[in-house]
Amino acid sequence: MKRITIDPVTRIEGHAKITIHLGDDGKVARTQFHVTQIRGFEKFTEGRPFYEMPGITSRVCGICPISHLLASSKACDAILAVRIPKAAALLRELVHYAQFVQSHALSFFHLSSPDLLLGFDSDIAKRNVIGVIEKHPELARDGIELRKFGQHAIEILCKERVHPSWIVPGGMKEPLSAAGRSEMLAGLPQAKEIARRALALFKSVLDRFDEEIKNFGTAPMMSAGLVDRSGAVALYDGGLRFRDAEGAVVEDQIPAEDYATYIAEASAKDSYMKSPYFRPRGFPAGIYRVGPLARLSVADRCGTPEADKELAEFRERFGRTPRSSFLYHYARLIEALYALERMEVLLQDPRILDTHVRARAGVNALEGIGVIEAPRGTLIHHYKVNEDGGIVWANLIVATGHNALAIAGSVEETAKHFVDGGKLQEGMLNRVSAVVRAYDPCLSCSTHAGGATPVAVELRAPDGSLLDEART
Amino acid sequence: MAQKKISIRIDGELVGATEGMTILEAAEGAGKEIPTLCHMDGLTAVGACRLCVVEVAGIGRLLPACTTPAQDGMSVTTVSAQLTRYRRMVIELLLVERNHVCSVCVSNGHCELQSLAKSLGVSSVRYPYNYPRLPVDLSHTRFVLDHNRCVLCTRCVRVCAEVEGAHVWEVTNRGIKCRITSEMNQPWGSASSCTNCGKCVQSCPTGALIEKGFAVEEMTKRHENISALALAKGARP
Repeated sequence: MKRITIDPVTRIEGHAKITIHLGDDGKVARTQFHVTQIRGFEKFTEGRPFYEMPGITSRVCGICPISHLLASSKACDAILAVRIPKAAALLRELVHYAQFVQSHALSFFHLSSPDLLLGFDSDIAKRNVIGVIEKHPELARDGIELRKFGQHAIEILCKERVHPSWIVPGGMKEPLSAAGRSEMLAGLPQAKEIARRALALFKSVLDRFDEEIKNFGTAPMMSAGLVDRSGAVALYDGGLRFRDAEGAVVEDQIPAEDYATYIAEASAKDSYMKSPYFRPRGFPAGIYRVGPLARLSVADRCGTPEADKELAEFRERFGRTPRSSFLYHYARLIEALYALERMEVLLQDPRILDTHVRARAGVNALEGIGVIEAPRGTLIHHYKVNEDGGIVWANLIVATGHNALAIAGSVEETAKHFVDGGKLQEGMLNRVSAVVRAYDPCLSCSTHAGGATPVAVELRAPDGSLLDEART
Repeated sequence: MAQKKISIRIDGELVGATEGMTILEAAEGAGKEIPTLCHMDGLTAVGACRLCVVEVAGIGRLLPACTTPAQDGMSVTTVSAQLTRYRRMVIELLLVERNHVCSVCVSNGHCELQSLAKSLGVSSVRYPYNYPRLPVDLSHTRFVLDHNRCVLCTRCVRVCAEVEGAHVWEVTNRGIKCRITSEMNQPWGSASSCTNCGKCVQSCPTGALIEKGFAVEEMTKRHENISALALAKGARP
């Protein structure tokens, strides 16, 4: 058998490698998606005081440390067994939306727009954010502005953009100032305008990607995500819902503490990333995906007027539970708009300025689970502590982990469609990378690992010998 | 009886002092700053950290300013390329010895080791990290002892014995195995002599002794009032 390796996969968060095995007929026989780092957060946090966990685990990732801070703080709230003050809950939600805006802007404008605007077959030397700045300076500026808005809102709230320490077990360190609120409100109209423009632009170029939409991981699988009691999208707090590819709700309103009844993790031999699956259906039949596309499939609606309008149009075009992973990009833009709308609602809530923002307590429960929707999907932090509050066991299930099986499946499907013969062509190679990119994976998070962002592809012959190799 | 007045030169400047003063006291009295870590006003000096080393004319080795008595006519240098090199080395060796991870430490931004590293220009460490596997004692109801962040300055040992009079803390073992231990090496929570006063926590220069429930960057400490109390009880500065 022949083998193709894409190593490293670029414009994603973390390190990955794709191996494509070719059969004797020169067609793709099977593919493997490997995540090539390990960091061991779950092990080395053993013994630490539990209230240090938000600070430690947020270091898993520099892209969305807020997600880990929130999930970890929620798990710690459960150990403290406190109900955090209302203002703290609103502030956590607010900073979460700010992070969605910056993270989705980064994924769409900085990482994926080169493929979408310049084309999958465009010159590799130019197919990056610099190429976008040259050809579409307006759009590039929009992307930078939108990400800046999100990052600046985080800075206003947390006093620092990356790895803030504002979110703590029991609530927040400090309340929000009226000046901070006004500053965020002032920036919102422009940010919303950018999100609307990006959506309009994406919709206008969508028809060019017919082949990609049809072949970018379209296998039927379940979707998972948090929804509120009414079934609307819930990013900070809600019950977990699984919906199958046909649109039927499989499980609904799973509380955080019951996640393990429904989600189990399998270890893969060829990757440091674990593969969670839906426990009742077993491995690997319990494949599901999370993230923007899954959330919009799982939820009944967004719950904000503009995002709901966009969602209706999206569903009209691609159905109730769209399958193509390519549509993650679309879903991400709808969510960016949703996050901005929600920020406005929260900032106009008078309770957001309340100064009581922290509940204090000791160890009141020996186990705590925190679940949120991170930009890339469902994030679970699960800790067990001893009576003194020392961590005795920790488990993190991150968004990209949930997507492990889905990404691997999408890679195989895309490779089967686009790869033929023993020679790698750049456009084909990039499409295989791009299907990974559509999920906006954060491999640093998935292995709780870190580093720069490369994917590599190897093409292997039936005997295992290396035929061709490319680093994108 | 009035103590005998002496005069010494510190960095070329003639400084008046009293017999029995250490070089550190004389220098501080003259407004000179010598970096210190294990020293705390009101506690017995032990010369453990070696950060306050100075050059004394006519003596071929460096001497700790905190324990060396000032002598009439002595000429002391507190700032030189050699001293900076040695002080940096001391900080670097402290950083590699245990697991000092500022970014996730509760004392980040309020740590004496960190500020010394910053003021001495320690931007990187030249030695391999030791990464020891060290326990965290969470058994006390209010406080935590994290050996990962301990620099063995023994301020906790001295403040507990000399100011509080409880003698909870001891130094166990030597060299790389050296540890601060509470009451015959029992978990702190079961130390019956501990009065829960928290003086050790407030005196600790790093995040090794901390209050429970504090998240990253939240732990600030104040030992000035402990020093004031010790001095009021008659201790030397």
